[in-house]
Amino acid sequence: MNQASAPAPRESYELTGKRTKELTKRQIRKARISGIVLLLLSGLVMLVFVPAVSGVSTFGLSTPDDAIQLDSLAVPSAGSLWVLSAVLAFLGATQFFRGFQGKTTIILGISFGVFAIALMVWAASGQEFSLISMLVATVSRSTPIALGALSGILCERSGVVNIGIEGMLLGGAFTGVVMGSLLGGWVGLLAATLTGGVLALLLAVLAVKFRVDQIIIGVVINILVLGLTSFLTAQVLVKKPELNDAPIFAAVKIPILGDIPIIGPMFFDQTIIVYGMFFLIGSVTYLLFRTRWGLRTRAVGENPKAADSLGVSVAKVRYLAVIYGGMVGGFAGAWFTLGSVGRFDENMTGGRGFIGLAAMIFGAWNPIGAFLAALIFGFSESLQQKFALLDIPIPSEFLAMAPYLVTIVVVAGVVGRVRPPAADGQPYEKQ
Amino acid sequence: MTEGQTPEAGASVVQEQPSAAGKPSPPEERSFVQQLSTSVNWRTGLLIPFLAVVTALIIGAILIMLTGSSFGQTVEAYAALLQGSVGSVKAISETLTAATPLILAGLSVAIAFRAGLFNIGGEGQILIGGMFAVYAGFSITGLPIYVHLPIALLAGIIGGAIWGFIPGLLKAKTGAHEVIVTIMLNYIALRLVDFFLKTELFQREGRNDPVSKTVEASAQLTQLLGWMNPALRVHLGLIVALIAAGFIHWLLFRTTTGFEFRAVGANPNAARYAGMSITKVYILVMMIAGGLAGLAGSGQILGVLDRATPGFSANLGFDGIAVALLGRSNPWGVVAAAVLFGGLRAGGQQMQVSADVGIDLIAVIQALIIMFVAAPALITALYRLKTPAVSTQISKGWAS
Repeated sequence: MNQASAPAPRESYELTGKRTKELTKRQIRKARISGIVLLLLSGLVMLVFVPAVSGVSTFGLSTPDDAIQLDSLAVPSAGSLWVLSAVLAFLGATQFFRGFQGKTTIILGISFGVFAIALMVWAASGQEFSLISMLVATVSRSTPIALGALSGILCERSGVVNIGIEGMLLGGAFTGVVMGSLLGGWVGLLAATLTGGVLALLLAVLAVKFRVDQIIIGVVINILVLGLTSFLTAQVLVKKPELNDAPIFAAVKIPILGDIPIIGPMFFDQTIIVYGMFFLIGSVTYLLFRTRWGLRTRAVGENPKAADSLGVSVAKVRYLAVIYGGMVGGFAGAWFTLGSVGRFDENMTGGRGFIGLAAMIFGAWNPIGAFLAALIFGFSESLQQKFALLDIPIPSEFLAMAPYLVTIVVVAGVVGRVRPPAADGQPYEKQ
Repeated sequence: MTEGQTPEAGASVVQEQPSAAGKPSPPEERSFVQQLSTSVNWRTGLLIPFLAVVTALIIGAILIMLTGSSFGQTVEAYAALLQGSVGSVKAISETLTAATPLILAGLSVAIAFRAGLFNIGGEGQILIGGMFAVYAGFSITGLPIYVHLPIALLAGIIGGAIWGFIPGLLKAKTGAHEVIVTIMLNYIALRLVDFFLKTELFQREGRNDPVSKTVEASAQLTQLLGWMNPALRVHLGLIVALIAAGFIHWLLFRTTTGFEFRAVGANPNAARYAGMSITKVYILVMMIAGGLAGLAGSGQILGVLDRATPGFSANLGFDGIAVALLGRSNPWGVVAAAVLFGGLRAGGQQMQVSADVGIDLIAVIQALIIMFVAAPALITALYRLKTPAVSTQISKGWAS
């Protein structure tokens, strides 16, 4: 692209004022649409949920082996639903007429939270709903999503788009179980991490050295790993089932902290992989925003030319960031096998890598934001799991669709408000 | 944007100049191989894809040997692959049967590539299109085939187009990246099919498993070689797919709409500045891409399966990406690539049956082919070719 002529049209575009006018119009329309959605949800709660409930909804807050036992929380079903519906109606009407402008995202988040509570009150009407086991499952299930998002963040902050997270998860899950069966869980975890690193090296070489389209490489990694793991499962694991039987990491309870009601089981009584996720989220946040390495990585992702002119090696920074990212992705893959079932099944990651990608965007390319987004997806997944157990008159297929629908809504609603690294996806050619 | 387009654009300009001077030279008269070799130069157009396929096959062979087969067994496996793809009339029929949906799925990805969009949603569009087609196929009765069959095919196109419209609209209006949206729509379509196959609307009477009612004979795509042997499955869908390839070629290179698609694909900012509507292009191109994938799904339903079962798309949507890349997003290149991949698919079946080598190996080979075609520098380095290799670049990150 010609550098000299490029800004000209854009400037005149802005000078007409058309762009700003168009944006406010768009904002108003967006506020109207989201307001209507909230009012519809409120109506759904009032007209569908309220007539369907009777008696009280009981939520279990402690598991039998907790040190401090909390009484179950019992609320009148219909009354609570009326209140929740009123809150939704209020938020929806305000959003429709005035709009929350800058706070829209937060308000929308709160509203969907309110709706989720209404869903649970409806589901738990007349029976016991173990809230605590669902919250524990939420944290566990959000682990691969958060780590997948973190893998994407590391790559993309340096300017390399990583669509291949799904393949890295699947590859990690596979080698994790094979090495875990042969040499034990810790070796399996290491092997999973290294597998992610190797796949990322492929991404890095093709993206940085050969400047291949990064989205195509990601797709190649996904198809390649899916084909390879399925092939090896059929050719090797089926014939030698002892290679597909790895030990599972047990939950490790942290003394004292693990005894805190609710918080304890959620965050301090999990497997080593979940703790690894907490550690990585924290350390990557620190590394990216507080160290020289992080500054260089972000600079290369935003403006590789400027970074290059200051003597930063764009290629080296990108290689490192992508390989670290891949290792995080491979580590996340171990969750599926070593962290939960101990055996590998074809395509067992089921799109979690892509949901991680959505969590990355939702979290604005920030590790903490991505973790919070991953919690939402984890919540939606464990809610679906819970509803499948309770006798809920919603077809399980629709519940299974929920995380994917949420992803689309998130990506469509949030993109444009959050900004990716400026040089994301662009190969850099040294001049 | 693929590297091959620039020389082609140049070539068409050169050709149009004499035609303006009153000496028309219709490019349609060029043969298929000529089209390929002039649209891209012969090294990038033919040599690199050829070497990519060979290299991928060699790596595949190494993989077979690594999983414990001897050299002899590996040769046997590849012999079965060859036998199953071109070894007999039946094999060729199977290859063409497998190539039919691949042509359409490949065209779907290719036309989106041309407009700078990456349609990974083929799977979902095939499923939804196939469901529309199967519904039109069994619910309407008593029509003659020349009315019923077009209706069923059209239903499939509409279904796929709806599933393509969603990511197109979201991309144009909100900037949501089509890659994520189409992948999510794939999963949603998969669940929707699972759900609908268990409803009274679709499920066959007296069945508990998710199987749809059977398509009426008047909506089935006729077997082309059924008069020779009823086991030869190649069907009318092949002709439909070839017509679609011709149509897409005409649309892309002979109409204003096609020019707008390519202009937006080359440089959206320039296209907008020239007064083209990006919104319109994104929505329209995704609807056409979805419609093509939907047609692929209906071809499978009406020509091969006669009924819908869960996940009947069988990875065709993803194979379409490989086909489009190998065909360099050129409609006739896509046809050639689809025949090759159809052969791999048909031969893979044979390889699984007679040599006990899993058909998933074909997925590995295809992924390697995409990689080598997308990164021709790997091939030129490996074989010490002197062609300057420029990598394929179609996507533009999240923001655009």
